[in-house]
Amino acid sequence: MPVRAASWSFTEDDFRAITTALERFLTDCNARCALLVDRTGQLVATVGERPNFDPTAFATLTAADFSANDQLAKLIGENDFSSLFHQGEKESMYLADIARRVILVVLFDNRTTLGLVRLKMRPTVLQLTELFEQVFTRAARDAGSAPNILAGADDEIDKLFQ
Amino acid sequence: MSMINYASREINCKIVYYGPGLGGKTTNLEHVYGKVAPDTRGKLISLATETERTLFFDFLPVDLGTIRGFKTRFHLYTVPGQVYYNASRKLILKGVDGIVFVGDSQLERMEANQEAMQNLYDNMAEYGYDLTKMPFVIQYNKRDLPNASPIRDLQAALNPGWEVTESSRMRVTPDAYHAGENLIEQLPTGEWIERAQYFEAVAVSGDGVFDTLKGVSKLVLKSLA
Repeated sequence: MPVRAASWSFTEDDFRAITTALERFLTDCNARCALLVDRTGQLVATVGERPNFDPTAFATLTAADFSANDQLAKLIGENDFSSLFHQGEKESMYLADIARRVILVVLFDNRTTLGLVRLKMRPTVLQLTELFEQVFTRAARDAGSAPNILAGADDEIDKLFQ
Repeated sequence: MSMINYASREINCKIVYYGPGLGGKTTNLEHVYGKVAPDTRGKLISLATETERTLFFDFLPVDLGTIRGFKTRFHLYTVPGQVYYNASRKLILKGVDGIVFVGDSQLERMEANQEAMQNLYDNMAEYGYDLTKMPFVIQYNKRDLPNASPIRDLQAALNPGWEVTESSRMRVTPDAYHAGENLIEQLPTGEWIERAQYFEAVAVSGDGVFDTLKGVSKLVLKSLA
């Protein structure tokens, strides 16, 4: 039994690769903004127009939304719903699963169409899935051997809470 | 599941407040929200029913300081305490790094406490997490009420200790917060046991709320070190 959920990290190179892929996608489909959120609700990246809402709260609710929908999928005999679409009067959002660990959220308005977003999203999802699988494979391989930024920081941690 | 973001130099961790309904989980978060500097916390999100009972979760992100140039961000969640909401409660535990069990000290809530604790063990086990090996603290809330059970009764019912099997850990470890008590000790029968760190609290007035948060956050960071 694993003691706890494994932690994961990504480097500045990973971050650059992720943002480049997302920027290209946003240009291609004319969507406003894309956010990447991990399944536990942590915000990984934001690309495009700066959202005028609290992105941390948004990330948490996205993860909860996806998790709740996963359970709904199971109740009707599906493994999961790999994508979700929420339609508003002016703003809409499309959410897609990446490597079962991350969620891609795209915000768009009437400057584009759902069809175009979906069409351009497919190759982006594949590209990001490959990228994240590399990140997670590396995390699993390096578990225990990677340099730990907090190694030996016990005193510093104690001081933080004095 | 803690996440280290080297690009923004942040360590993100998830802490879940668990416990029986009306025990004070949301009150803990509300107190933290009200007391920490606005620039070190985000928005308090509550998915609650019209009668202010937690439906899905409450959420509050707080920054607790910087270590080695990395900002430590803690995402605090509560779960719905009511038995009925187990499916949503379980979802919140996904990827948790540290747990606070908020027990209700009132005598008549003892059974609800035990039920919630059992439910916590069961839900964690379903994810494959071992609660006895991860950052876990217990808060006995509502200590100010006249019908509060004595701490020793609450400890016996909710925190009797689990067996220590690794010989390297079989040494008396004093409880830093309670003089004369130990977190790890040997029973007269020869068996070594470990108990979770506990805190006494009155969440409505804020007593013990930050001690609990600091206690669990420190355990989480140390588990990463």
